[in-house]
Amino acid sequence: MKKMIKVGMAEYKIVKVPEILTTLGLGSCIGICLYDKQAKIAGLAHIMLPSSIQIKNNTNKAKFADTAIELLLNDIIGLGALKRKITAKIAGGAQMFAFSNNSNDLMKIGLRNAEATKLILKSHGIPILSEDTGGNYGRTIEFDPSNGELMIKTIGHGIKVI
Amino acid sequence: MSASKNEIKDIHMDVLREIGNIGAGNAATSLSKLMQRKIDMSVPSVQILELNEVSAALGGEENIVAGIYFQISGDINGFIMLLLDIQSSKTLTNILMMREDSSNELDEMDKSALQEVGNILSGAYVSSLSSLTNLSINISVPSLCIDMAGAILSVPAIYFSHISDKILLINTAMNEHSDKSVNANFLLIPDFDSFKTLMNSLGVAL
Repeated sequence: MKKMIKVGMAEYKIVKVPEILTTLGLGSCIGICLYDKQAKIAGLAHIMLPSSIQIKNNTNKAKFADTAIELLLNDIIGLGALKRKITAKIAGGAQMFAFSNNSNDLMKIGLRNAEATKLILKSHGIPILSEDTGGNYGRTIEFDPSNGELMIKTIGHGIKVI
Repeated sequence: MSASKNEIKDIHMDVLREIGNIGAGNAATSLSKLMQRKIDMSVPSVQILELNEVSAALGGEENIVAGIYFQISGDINGFIMLLLDIQSSKTLTNILMMREDSSNELDEMDKSALQEVGNILSGAYVSSLSSLTNLSINISVPSLCIDMAGAILSVPAIYFSHISDKILLINTAMNEHSDKSVNANFLLIPDFDSFKTLMNSLGVAL
């Protein structure tokens, strides 16, 4: 029986096989999965904002793409993963509400989160194997470190594995 | 200004709570007028929740809810969100269209009606806020999204996370008859500068 480990909003967790990581109802947030295939160790962060810089309320490091990725990397390597073996899969970053005047930055936060996440992963030299970002719908995701599969469940937009 | 001075203190939350009470009360009165029926409203419960607890309060992250979103602008900027579970949404549109439809599916007509109800409730809410504070506040057209609670709540959560890790949720139960209850949740999220304006206008400077 595989044990499901739930990651809440602005949280991150690291697991080893046979545990599975999940985060429920991702909207504009991003689920970032880091994985070492050989060590079969995985980490999942549920980030809300692209960057901790210029945010006054930045004590929770798991909330931001930049600091959360650092935390994930530190902890996953601490548990025995090799930096050069680590790969990433990401999902989320939807725009849940639409307005005719799309000037509001908040509405584009999903897109900004996705862009920032990709940029930060790249700066750490971590390849993104697959992603499912954007759209206007929520996602529940499950990452299984036994095979490296990321399952994405939606309401009305099907289930897929990336 | 240092970060500590920017933190929201208990007194500010108390003020937000009171605004929520009055606003939700006016919203229920407007709904009652629209439907020309007596609508009972429970005393609103106002909760200040951790981000992680908000979706639990709405039946879990994966529970399907209707979120109706309004931008507010003028003297204060931010947004208002009205959240209804699917059962409450359907009850509300059934009352509005004077029919009995036992399915839980929301068709285009239902969605349109929901946005209109949202308009009325949020309009009443904002106008009470406006008269309470003497601030001029405009409200946008509604935008509706029916999806997982967690995903819908990510929008206010992200917005509010700039100023706090906590969020203010006002829950009101409205009844036409005692057997058919509509559970409505309001979220009022001013941006940081507007939050200061709001507090100043109410005499509790930040």
